Amino acid sequence: MTEVSVAKEDAVTADELVVLSGVNKHFGPLHVLQDIDLTIGRGEVVVVIGPSGSGKSTLCRTINRLEGVDSGSITIDGDPLPAEGRALARLRADVGMVFQSFNLFAHKTVLENVVLGQVKVRKADRKRAEEKARALLDRVGVGAQADKYPAQLSGGQQQRVAIARALAMDPKVMLFDEPTSALDPEMINEVLEVMQQLAQEGMTMVVVTHEMGFARSAANRVVFMADGRIVEQAEPEQFFSNPRSERARDFLSKILHH
Amino acid sequence: MFDFLEGYDVLGAFWTTVQLTVLSAVGALVWGTLLAAMRVSPVPLMRGFANVYVNIVRNIPLTIIVLFASLGLADIFGATMGASDFKIQGFRLAVLGLVGYTSAFVCEAIRSGINTVPMGQAEAARAIGLNFSQTLRLIVLPQAFRAVIGPLANVLIALTKNTTVASAIGVAEAATLMKTMMENEAQTLAIGAVFALGFVVLTLPVGLLLGWAGKRLAVKR
Ligand SMILES: Nc1ncnc2c1ncn2[C@@H]1O[C@H](COP(=O)(O)OP(=O)(O)OP(=O)(O)O)[C@@H](O)[C@H]1O
Ligand SMILES: [Mg+2]
Repeated sequence: MTEVSVAKEDAVTADELVVLSGVNKHFGPLHVLQDIDLTIGRGEVVVVIGPSGSGKSTLCRTINRLEGVDSGSITIDGDPLPAEGRALARLRADVGMVFQSFNLFAHKTVLENVVLGQVKVRKADRKRAEEKARALLDRVGVGAQADKYPAQLSGGQQQRVAIARALAMDPKVMLFDEPTSALDPEMINEVLEVMQQLAQEGMTMVVVTHEMGFARSAANRVVFMADGRIVEQAEPEQFFSNPRSERARDFLSKILHH
Repeated sequence: MFDFLEGYDVLGAFWTTVQLTVLSAVGALVWGTLLAAMRVSPVPLMRGFANVYVNIVRNIPLTIIVLFASLGLADIFGATMGASDFKIQGFRLAVLGLVGYTSAFVCEAIRSGINTVPMGQAEAARAIGLNFSQTLRLIVLPQAFRAVIGPLANVLIALTKNTTVASAIGVAEAATLMKTMMENEAQTLAIGAVFALGFVVLTLPVGLLLGWAGKRLAVKR
């Protein structure tokens, strides 16, 4: 990863990286995603917020096809998401994903967690992969834990390892689904700082979070979802100080009073 | 005191038992793992096959399966298992029957192990671009195995004892020799005790060792 830092305004270009158009998805009778149109530019940082059950996680999961969609199309860097199979696996490697519950491979060391995908998916040379893994672990501040198992790490450390594991694939875009919700308060910042730095370096990011501080300082855009729809999109300052929709006003008044 | 043992190759018979056990265990582990993989595969035909296989095989008495291997496969279809000699053929057919039977139990043990692996593990594996078979081989099965070493030890112990069924098709393992000896000698109780002890000597260390390994290798979450 190069150390060029790009001012966040300049990062957004007309270059479209992730495009969802007319996406619909049902879980049985439940219409979780309704006519979703969303375009994410290269280098853009988009924060998705909304009430519980509004479909934020599902939206994230459709972008790397952990969930299929019923209709509509999703393209990554111009390529439509292929159906299950080899091509899909390759495409998934280009989309990094960080989960709320970390999901580090429990039977492998921290280092192995970061090496595995490089060797098995990218067919990287093992020695190179280990060097890269150590560099990434250093970068997220857990280099000293490389030989431990995930269960021996704190939540904040595990989540930073999970970020390193995703970065090791050189993804074009990173998806974060409530990356700090399972963390004790004192560990939230160490994870947010890593994400902040990624954003500054120009990584394209979709972040589901209720961390307003992060949204204000790192996001180019806030997408507000409710009942499976995108209700409102705006720049963070504008969204938080002057939300247009009733739903967003209602939601913000609830979370800001906690 | 142990005169009645004279003239009988007790160790040789138990050696045959050990061979039956080890070969069947390896075969059952491989085939049982494949069956478990089929049971969780996205292909409905594979899931269906493994499901039907397991539910039929584990509900048929082993004696019938081994007899079927012998009478059905060998006598009717003429499957000689590549053996020139009748004895070797019987041994191989017994292994085949034991593998077919035991694999159903191995499959179920491994499947319950797969159920202990959180969904997030497979999702994280798919998210970094591993395909279905890599996800299963590298992430899910290794964790599943470690969770079911204890149950697999039970299957292995049952298999060791089940090898006695091979005497039904004339394989010269421990139980076959025991029957012969009981017919020829007066001390039937002592003979029974010797063979019982022989089986305990075989199975007890296996159980203890795997019990210890299961604790040591357990995946910490
Ligand atoms: N696999 C599934 N099967 C059935 N229903 C599901 C499934 N996954 C999610 N849902 C339902 O779909 C709706 C949207 O779920 P989703 O997880 O996307 O919401 P969310 O916005 O991420 O909520 P939260 O803030 O609680 O994480 C919810 O009502 C949920 O119960
Ligand atoms: Mg969610």
